[in-house]
Amino acid sequence: MEHSDEPYKYAQHHDEATGKKTRRMIWNMFWVLLVITSIEVGLGIMWKSWGVPFHPIKMIFIVMTLAKAYFIVAYYMHLKHEKSALQNTIIVPYTMLVLYLMYMVFTEGTFTNYIEHLF
Amino acid sequence: MSHTEELDNKELWGGGTSPFNAGYGKLMMWFFLMSDALSFTGFLAAYGFYRHNFSAIWPSAENVFTHFPFVDGHQPLIYVALMTFILIMSSVTMVLAVEAGQRMNKKAVMIWMFWTIIGGLIFVGSQAWEWYHFIHGTHLGAFELGIGTVNVHGTIEQTQGIICQWTDETKTGLELPWREIAGDIRSDFMQLKGDELAAALASGNEIYGANLTHNEYGHPLFADFFFFITGFHGTHVFSGVVLNFIIFVNVIMGTYEKRGHYEMVEKVGLYWHFVDLVWVFVFTFFYLI
Repeated sequence: MEHSDEPYKYAQHHDEATGKKTRRMIWNMFWVLLVITSIEVGLGIMWKSWGVPFHPIKMIFIVMTLAKAYFIVAYYMHLKHEKSALQNTIIVPYTMLVLYLMYMVFTEGTFTNYIEHLF
Repeated sequence: MSHTEELDNKELWGGGTSPFNAGYGKLMMWFFLMSDALSFTGFLAAYGFYRHNFSAIWPSAENVFTHFPFVDGHQPLIYVALMTFILIMSSVTMVLAVEAGQRMNKKAVMIWMFWTIIGGLIFVGSQAWEWYHFIHGTHLGAFELGIGTVNVHGTIEQTQGIICQWTDETKTGLELPWREIAGDIRSDFMQLKGDELAAALASGNEIYGANLTHNEYGHPLFADFFFFITGFHGTHVFSGVVLNFIIFVNVIMGTYEKRGHYEMVEKVGLYWHFVDLVWVFVFTFFYLI
């Protein structure tokens, strides 16, 4: 739906050579995501038989999840190659609100636990 | 990245051009996804909050979702791992469709969009199957205790609404769920038998499967969060499939070929990757942790 006679200038185009590079990146990322997911599933099935505490395993899960999220957003959603103004417009408000939410969960979550054990 | 024309930085914020060097639709899709990501973050934070509040009696997902189609026995995590793989795979085909669109290759866009839609449908079907098994429950069921108290190794616990599993098929004993207090669930004081069992049976109910008020696997809030979070995610997957299908039809009709660019494929692609991204978090926080 163009309303002016000017050609639409924001759509991205590339030639066959760039396309080949992009496709290689896509498949590399696929293998990265697959390997991380396989490690997660393997750990999830096996960690109980190793007799290790759950806390470090939980931290490993969270780090691997954040790594996957980064790869999807940066490469598949292409945010890494957008202008930094666009990157910051998305990342900064989200991060601020999530930090606030996490702060509430950690402090208030402990608080209710404390209240419940008073009685 | 090759843009059709280089924009002058001084001109960017003066009006007339997008300072982000991105189209209006794509920018709005990003803003929508950011707010949607906050909704999901809120749900998962609420889940974590209650999970820690009731950690002593919270069910472990690997004891709930143990079935695999056409295979008997205890198969924790395998089915949901397969679902995760299908969604990652459909994300790959989606980004390949976007790449093909940037080369103006109509046929390749069609093929990759088609596989993305198929992947999305398989995922929604898998979720329906998992919901069915969760709602249906096991043939043995479980028992929900009524009002009262029980002495767990010196700690007095309220029993109202607490879910206990049967010790075996004969239903002659119940296992109390406070494993963090007891350490070993097989201890004598963790089992209700004889007179204690008779008293418990008189005040409670037998539970089969899960719904919004009862859950045979453990705390009812687990079922509530499961239905709400995977349901909200499943709604996103379903609407993603519908949007993908509309764009797929447009690609076949040559709409974007005429328009001169396939940016619309990129926009639904962003939405589709977001759905995959949310599942990455649901998988970790619901099934692994």
